[in-house]
Amino acid sequence: MAETLTHTGQTEPRPAGWRGIAADWSSDQRAFKNVSWGKAMMWIFLLSDTFIFGCFLLSYMTARISTRVPWPNPSEVFALRIGGSDIPLILIAIMTFVLISSSGTMAMAVNFGYRRDRRKTAILMLLTAALGATFVGMQAFEWTKLITEGVRPWGNPWGAAQFGSCFFMITGFHGTHVTIGVIFLIIVARKVWRGDYDVGRRGFFTSRTGRYENVEIMGLYWHFVDLVWVFIFAFFYLW
Amino acid sequence: MAEATANGLGQHALHAHEAPASGIAHAEVHQEHPIKLYLVVWAWLFILSTCSYLVDYFGLHGYLRWSLILIFMILKAGLIVAVFMHMAWERLALAYAIILPPILVLVFVTMMVFEADYTLLTRLTSFGAGP
Repeated sequence: MAETLTHTGQTEPRPAGWRGIAADWSSDQRAFKNVSWGKAMMWIFLLSDTFIFGCFLLSYMTARISTRVPWPNPSEVFALRIGGSDIPLILIAIMTFVLISSSGTMAMAVNFGYRRDRRKTAILMLLTAALGATFVGMQAFEWTKLITEGVRPWGNPWGAAQFGSCFFMITGFHGTHVTIGVIFLIIVARKVWRGDYDVGRRGFFTSRTGRYENVEIMGLYWHFVDLVWVFIFAFFYLW
Repeated sequence: MAEATANGLGQHALHAHEAPASGIAHAEVHQEHPIKLYLVVWAWLFILSTCSYLVDYFGLHGYLRWSLILIFMILKAGLIVAVFMHMAWERLALAYAIILPPILVLVFVTMMVFEADYTLLTRLTSFGAGP
């Protein structure tokens, strides 16, 4: 049963639905009743990150609508020549599948974490990190290709000058997020592997003991990176 | 002892955290779902991504293209947030606090569409059509 702790130490059931929202937020206690602060703070950080990426995509939309020069066709710009024919957007499609796969392995890592299966959790997290690193590598390849073809933040051979600045800003920021995610995945995977969350070993930075919930919090960040890519893929590459 | 909100998506095993060395049980919960659920969602994300790629591959254009892109995007985003990020099993107080603000960004989008249209109009009247 969902419960609220009263000042007398007794518990009472929590209402659901709209009444639940009102009750939770007006309880003069913590608003997020059954969520730890670590998880709530990660969600709030992700909300702020949503606004950052939202502003990037908004400025891209504004630039694209307001220019009178034709926008370069992403389908052709990001085509790869494989086997003598141009396949549109193929690299981006592969990158999408790689990132989705990494999200799948991460979700399973969280699951095995709560089952206290250290080995499987760590392996799945490292697999997630490897897929993430693959994604960043492919993005580096994509950047290199575009830069050698003459795309710059101030211009490009195919059309509207704003294409380059939007591309480098949006994919660059996303790639940075993926890179940071890979680093933290490796750190958390090491902690899991070593059994830090079983023996209550204190972290090097916060000097707090961790729990297996840290794997889920890490997972929230990683799924968010995947989520942002869904929007970038739709608006920047496909539109 | 503790249970997440029941809103239709099916509960599986639920365990309360053992609050270590404290008498207060915070009733923080996490859910354990069968691995199959994640594999099914994973498969759907693959299918939807393939569909959105095919929109470009077959060169659909106009409103058909844009609406298909948006539909596939929203479905993918919904699956990731609801299942992978476990939002479907959180209490509504958290879900609304996190999901409503980004939706309100649509107001900003509307404002910028008008603004950008106006900029384009002034550019066209001052400089003429594209170079």
